[in-house]
Amino acid sequence: MLDGVQAAADAAIVVKDLRKRYDEVDAVKGISFVVRAGTTTALLGGNGAGKTTTLSMLLGVLTPTAGSIAILGCDMLRDRYRMLPRMNFTSPYVDLPRRLTVGENLRVFADLYGVREPKQRIAQLAGEFDLAGLLARPYGNLSAGQRTRVSLAKALLNRPEVLLLDEPTASLDPDIGDRMRTYLEHYQRESRCTMLLASHNMGEVERMCDDVIMLREGLVVNQGSPHDLIERYGRENMDEVFLDIARGGTDESELGAPTPEVAA
Amino acid sequence: MQPVLDSGACLHPQTGLAASARRVRALVRRHAYLLLKSWPRLVSMAYYPTVTMVLWAFLTIYLKPTTNFLQDAPGFFIGAVLLWDVLFRGQLGVSLTFIEEMYSRNLGNLFVSPLRLSEFIAGQLTMSVLRTLIGVGGACFFAWLLFRYSIFALGFPLIDFFCLLLAFGWSIGLAVSAMILRWGLGAEELAWAAIFLVAPVSGVYYPISVLPAWLQPVAWLLPSAHVFEGMRSVLLEGEFPWNHFWAAAGLDLVYLGIGVATFRLAINFARVHGKLLQMGE
Repeated sequence: MLDGVQAAADAAIVVKDLRKRYDEVDAVKGISFVVRAGTTTALLGGNGAGKTTTLSMLLGVLTPTAGSIAILGCDMLRDRYRMLPRMNFTSPYVDLPRRLTVGENLRVFADLYGVREPKQRIAQLAGEFDLAGLLARPYGNLSAGQRTRVSLAKALLNRPEVLLLDEPTASLDPDIGDRMRTYLEHYQRESRCTMLLASHNMGEVERMCDDVIMLREGLVVNQGSPHDLIERYGRENMDEVFLDIARGGTDESELGAPTPEVAA
Repeated sequence: MQPVLDSGACLHPQTGLAASARRVRALVRRHAYLLLKSWPRLVSMAYYPTVTMVLWAFLTIYLKPTTNFLQDAPGFFIGAVLLWDVLFRGQLGVSLTFIEEMYSRNLGNLFVSPLRLSEFIAGQLTMSVLRTLIGVGGACFFAWLLFRYSIFALGFPLIDFFCLLLAFGWSIGLAVSAMILRWGLGAEELAWAAIFLVAPVSGVYYPISVLPAWLQPVAWLLPSAHVFEGMRSVLLEGEFPWNHFWAAAGLDLVYLGIGVATFRLAINFARVHGKLLQMGE
């Protein structure tokens, strides 16, 4: 465990005073939070709030300016290769090689993650994500929705214990989106996987997430369960809470919200 | 659409040589898929070395009756151009493998996987060897088919020259990849142009003594200059010049160290500035 980080015994992700500064811009201004093991937590905020920057730092592809990150007790800034095989992620902003077929892409990543019996695992995921008919097609020829399904399949190849999802159902039609959420919920329940989800779909957040961490301008401004936040802001649903927070019209200190440090 | 969950370990061990070899193999597999499904790519890899070789072969035929050293070593220019292509293809193999990942916006996926930087580099170098063997191998085949010239007549020294030039190509390729990562795909032209900076001082077709006196010390700082000087020694005098061999090998180590260090710095720069998830066409 990281020095100085007080976290509950069931913490899967512990972030302490995390900061990221690009030249003159403070993208993340010292955030702290804990994600409980076996739960789904949403990282919410408007554009530029620091969600993708935070996810990137958790994944190790962005070096923080300061702070610490521990995932399943592993210090990600010093020893991330010990943890990376047990994690995965998906993002609509990161592509897979377009001229490779779906099957080839999944095979390459199965080998990179060291998946035992990769052919069986790919066939299994292809069945679960309705990809069997797409395995021989080049990834670049797929629709945006099909690519999202392939990216999700790629993210589950190694049966991750920690899954970071950046807008996981973007570009999916309501039917497929719903099936994906059902799949992820089922996977999370059965595997006790910890999921951290950045999404702009508040219906998805209300449905899937046990906890929500709200970011604005690089700071954690509130956190709690979707139900608690709706109650705290006196709103009908998470869409309205999101608008309140993103537009900055509410003084969170007056809501009696737990500060991130207390929550951590 | 219900997940079928397996309990217990579903992954191979993640540490040790076997794990590293598996990840490097995965990276090579990714690029092999790409190469093998595109015959224009495969053909173009051998096309340029072959056309250049044919040009120098005809020049040899034209000059041979009036040029003494070509009568002694008729394969002089052809051997030189084939070895030059080992250097060029070796560098291109590293740079283009890296550019391919940037084009496909795949760096983010690779760098959040368990793939280590050293394994990523090893994958690039392995692809460089394969690309060089395909490209120069094709040209060697046509040299034998069209002009009855076999570069394998160089014998054992050929292996040394090949390895020394390939290693120098790797170091330039890694440095070029670092610059592309640093400045983006706008610097892509470097992949094709950078190597020609060392061509005039490598003495590919002429001895280093031809260069101005002030330029000769610069030339001797390049492994390629020692290799081509060595090639001429083997062809014209029938002797393997160990002094040039050791000089080239030592310099290769230095340049490879610089190439790897530069690439590491560029990756660290990309991690600090958030470029690994953003890079793309």
